[in-house]
Amino acid sequence: MTDGIRVLAADLAVVGAGPAGLAAACRAAEAGRRVVVLDEAPHLGGQIWRHRDRAALPAVARAWLDRFGRSGALALPGTSVIDAGAGWVSGVRRDELVRVEARRLLIATGARELFLPFPGWTLPNVFGVGGAQALLKSGLSVAGKRVVVAGAGPLVLPVAASLARAGAHLVLVADRTPASRVARFAAGLAGRPRDLWQGLSYRAAFAGVPYRWGTRVVRAAGEGRVAEVTLASRGRTWTESVDILATAAGLVPNTELAQLLGCDVRGGGGGGGGGGGGGAVAVDGTQRTSRDEVWCAGEPAGVGGVELARIEGVIAGLDAAGRPVPPALSRARAAGRRHARRLEEAFRVDDPDVPPADTLVCRCEDVPAGALRPEWSFRQAKLYTRVGMGACQGRVCGAALRALYGWTPDSVRPPLVPASVAALASTLESSDATA
Amino acid sequence: MTRTVSLLVDGRLLDVPEGVTVAAALLGAGEDAFRDSVAGSPRGPLCGMGICFECRVTIDGAPGRRACLEPVADGMRVTTRD
Repeated sequence: MTDGIRVLAADLAVVGAGPAGLAAACRAAEAGRRVVVLDEAPHLGGQIWRHRDRAALPAVARAWLDRFGRSGALALPGTSVIDAGAGWVSGVRRDELVRVEARRLLIATGARELFLPFPGWTLPNVFGVGGAQALLKSGLSVAGKRVVVAGAGPLVLPVAASLARAGAHLVLVADRTPASRVARFAAGLAGRPRDLWQGLSYRAAFAGVPYRWGTRVVRAAGEGRVAEVTLASRGRTWTESVDILATAAGLVPNTELAQLLGCDVRGGGGGGGGGGGGGAVAVDGTQRTSRDEVWCAGEPAGVGGVELARIEGVIAGLDAAGRPVPPALSRARAAGRRHARRLEEAFRVDDPDVPPADTLVCRCEDVPAGALRPEWSFRQAKLYTRVGMGACQGRVCGAALRALYGWTPDSVRPPLVPASVAALASTLESSDATA
Repeated sequence: MTRTVSLLVDGRLLDVPEGVTVAAALLGAGEDAFRDSVAGSPRGPLCGMGICFECRVTIDGAPGRRACLEPVADGMRVTTRD
């Protein structure tokens, strides 16, 4: 049996304790609303403000975490949301079921990385780019380790800088984006001197390490763990020996909760490149989704980075608390969205390499690329091959298959993450109780 | 000086800094195969943030815990490749 069911009443339930969720929770709680924030991680702050030692965080992050602590909002870290409906959201913390009954809900579930399969990508010590950053922030020691970072987009620089500062031996930093596209994007950064300055300071942390544009991972190899990576750039391929390969092709919004609630998602859920803004939750000027009483802020409404997430969180929090949104905030949001569109255009993944037939696409069910036919739909592929039916529920392969074959993910059903039978049983009991 | 906690990983005693995740602790001890896939290949953390489920281990008898989401605790028992 479960340890029990904890039922909480609130005016606003916030799913996700990153910058958007925390900003929204602060504003709504400061306006007198009862706010409960659920997050899967053991600490507040999301990925960008993930920390073990608060002193190591940037001042802005410390300020928001302190403000949240004073706001009166209740935090439930370590809680995985498994289901939600109109006026409620439920989650599990270990085997305890938590049910928050709140008329209003904010989805602030952040983004995940897009992983494009290549031979050897399932080897231990092949991490995401953000994945390497997350592991580093949670205590991974990289001192003296040979590391190749091969990503796409704005995450590459700060992650390479953190790895270098932590003592890693950076062998190469690469971005799959063609140099010509980056040059066009960089020319538009003249109006954002702070971004330029920050970029330069990151680069200074690994000065002397080559930084190559238009460079992709061809394959990784090793006995039991990654030992070497082969890269390709402008027709040339070469191999580097590594202890860690940090690689991904960018970020995709986490839209599963929004899909479960029936919110409109532009271009279907699951993200996965292809440009055009597909895979983000549709919101209006105050972050309201197509569903009554459901707001969405930050990356799930379109990947835009920490500053935009914070602005959207403040807007959502104010609006969900029935407070007016200052016009200056709306203007900042519009400017942030324009910048996000330029980023998306510059670092889009428009020509992914279809992996060789024996390369696994679905890591949960070990489904190789050769088992899939591009003319299928995702649903057909699931039925025929079990692709996307494992523990991650297609969160990894779904985005890849969208980028590779244009497949849009299947509908989303509860539980959103695998939960114990005991916890699920108590979900049913609590549903019966409120039916 | 960081305080340490003691874990029992596959029967081996491991002293790790307080506050790290189980994933970071295992990787730091050179334990990079957390589980075996359905076809038997070794897997370790990929996403580091609870998405990919590749870092699943058994913690204090409970299977399927994501090591990247679990902070270490003194006396914790971790079983890999279960």
